[in-house]
Amino acid sequence: MQVTRSPKTYDVCIIGSGAAGGTAAKVLTDGGLSVALLEAGPALVPERDYKEHVWPYDLPHRGAGEGARLRRAIGDEFMAPNGAWEIEGEPYVSAPGSSFRWFRSRIVGGRTNHWGRIALRMAPVDFKVRTHDGMGDDWPISYEDVAPYYDKVESYIGVFGTKENIPSAPDGIFLPPPKPRCTETIVKKACDKLGVLCIPSRLAILTKPHNGRAACHYCAQCGRGCITASNFSSSQVMIPPAEKTGRFALITGAMARELVVGKDGKVAAVSYIDKATKTERRIHARAFIVAASTCESARLLLNSKSTLFPDGLANTSGAVGRNLMDTVGSSGVGYFPQLERMPAHNHDGVGGMHMYLPWWKFDRKNEFLRGYHTEFGGGRGMPGTGEFDRLCDDFEGYGSALKQECKKKYGTYIGFAGRGEMIPNENCYCEIDPSAVDQWGIPVLRFHWKWGENEIKMAKDMQETYRAITEAAGGTYVTSKEPDGSHPYGISDGGVIIHEVGAVRMGDHPATSVLNGYCQAHDVKNLFVTDGACFVTNADKNPTLTIMALTWRASEYLLDQAKKGNLGA
Amino acid sequence: MTVSRRDILKSLTLTAVTGSVLRVIPLEAAEYAHRMVREEKAAAQGQIYAPKFFSAHFYKTLQSLCQSIIPSDADAKGAIEAGAPEFIDLITSENKEYQLALGGGLMWLDNTCLDRYGKTYIDCPAEQQKEILDLIAYRKNAKMDSSLGPGVDFFALLRKFTADGYFTSEIGIAYLGYIGNTYLQEFPGCPPVPEDKA
Repeated sequence: MQVTRSPKTYDVCIIGSGAAGGTAAKVLTDGGLSVALLEAGPALVPERDYKEHVWPYDLPHRGAGEGARLRRAIGDEFMAPNGAWEIEGEPYVSAPGSSFRWFRSRIVGGRTNHWGRIALRMAPVDFKVRTHDGMGDDWPISYEDVAPYYDKVESYIGVFGTKENIPSAPDGIFLPPPKPRCTETIVKKACDKLGVLCIPSRLAILTKPHNGRAACHYCAQCGRGCITASNFSSSQVMIPPAEKTGRFALITGAMARELVVGKDGKVAAVSYIDKATKTERRIHARAFIVAASTCESARLLLNSKSTLFPDGLANTSGAVGRNLMDTVGSSGVGYFPQLERMPAHNHDGVGGMHMYLPWWKFDRKNEFLRGYHTEFGGGRGMPGTGEFDRLCDDFEGYGSALKQECKKKYGTYIGFAGRGEMIPNENCYCEIDPSAVDQWGIPVLRFHWKWGENEIKMAKDMQETYRAITEAAGGTYVTSKEPDGSHPYGISDGGVIIHEVGAVRMGDHPATSVLNGYCQAHDVKNLFVTDGACFVTNADKNPTLTIMALTWRASEYLLDQAKKGNLGA
Repeated sequence: MTVSRRDILKSLTLTAVTGSVLRVIPLEAAEYAHRMVREEKAAAQGQIYAPKFFSAHFYKTLQSLCQSIIPSDADAKGAIEAGAPEFIDLITSENKEYQLALGGGLMWLDNTCLDRYGKTYIDCPAEQQKEILDLIAYRKNAKMDSSLGPGVDFFALLRKFTADGYFTSEIGIAYLGYIGNTYLQEFPGCPPVPEDKA
């Protein structure tokens, strides 16, 4: 096969255009470096690709997709494009006895196109867990190291929230929050009775015009992508300023296959498959930022074998693929009769919760280590397919009585979703499958997964909490989760919360970690991995904000190295 | 003058704030584009739907069942007017599992009506239709008479799909009283919650 070599050597080549890749592209091009960015998917054109404000009846499948296969699925027809649990021609494998699900997005902006916009800072204690409770490992960096970069990211992207002084949930630089919806007013009242913290949420959605972007127009459809860019996505907020510098080359349809090491032990080039022509090409650069998403980044390193690195690039520690974590998820639903008496009103709001429950039991000894936060929502949202499944099964029958019951119960349910910290364990990792390849000929990942006891106890606590809140509000908790079986207390399968992190972790010791505190490989100085893969722990904070802060910090470090002439020829 | 959605979107792209690095489109213009989608859709309506999966006989049966599940009444029009049978036919034509469950279910219903009443469901008088529906609309009946099991399962699935089709329609959404999917300058928050009854 002929390999087409680009004649140019870029200062930096970034692999992946999501939260990490987009942030690196913005900061590095701002700093004057030339950047090539490889994205495995196509370009994103919001005015063509978004289905914002489309009604279900505008689509023949009413949002449920061909054959209604997306009915009740996270990736329904309305969602911003190209996010899916399965990608045709690009499989992955779960090892026998393991059940892991991997949500991938092949498009400029990656999963930031449809993420929940929940932008939470990790707390000081989250960086020093081993010191605090003896489990897992401390990060090589502290909250104080990252805080200035949280400031920079929040100031740039815009995050709403309120100052609360809660130790488990540090305050940031916030735009004002939107007013609570009825569901949130009711839950807040119940939480106050129980001594559970319930505060305005922290979402990367603009409640005021910000940095040239319009304020939110409260249609509740962030997951569909926002035509006015009033929420954060890498594709609309990070990539455009990089493009504007004239120092940025965005290469779409480029599936990175291998990082090629030179005789000096540094990465010299990335080999990628140009999907359109199915030919192999190379990009040369002085430094490389791998930001392909946690598991893709691990996969790329493991597939980059050489005489210097027979077990995969920068993997002398053997830690690549290990320490894989997701978030502990368990959810439930309550019925709130007072909502039946609410007059019809606009309940939409922003595309996500206006309030949430940060971890509130940080000041006491619990049956499990670490903590969880709770996201909740419900009420009079835009009706969708599957909306009345439960009611149909419970009420049965047919006719006007059924029709009236649907109207009566519409908007009276509130769902709670716990998001807790998982402690990494040796049974959770990914590796290269010995036989399977994808359609580009690239060996695929095989996942191993087993929750620990701490996670199960946490899921139990979530269920008890959601029942207590529902009952304190005079409602009925309708979820029932068994304490045993394949999903004790409703704990989700690995990967399902889409917070996978940790497979290329940072640390002080090259024997047990891959990267230093600047996301720079111990073994290969011109290689950085700045996506969720670099995480040491997975606090109960959705990882995106921290990914961006760590990437911003690593990028400034890289700029500084470039100024000092340490980038090489 | 006919202006297509494509023309609108194209002009929106061109008129996006010059010099901005972001694709910011004036709200009113974007709203106009969305209205165009609906108007195009409305223009395509009024034609008679040709079923993709069900034969004329079974489609007629499907329509009748959908309308029984969510009828037209004094409050709002029913499942047929809301396009539920079209939606169900479309997804069934694309999904083998549903073809078996709904196609087989409709045949089970006819077979059962032939055995009981000597006629297919659609040819039965209203009282007999009600009699069989009252049997298959509740799980408890299958517990007493296991021969009703396939009918109960079929009807439970059809009830969900009918609810899908109905409550995602313009008629169904208006009936529920959903208000939104619009552009607001400010989110008004919650109107006063009626006090809990003691």
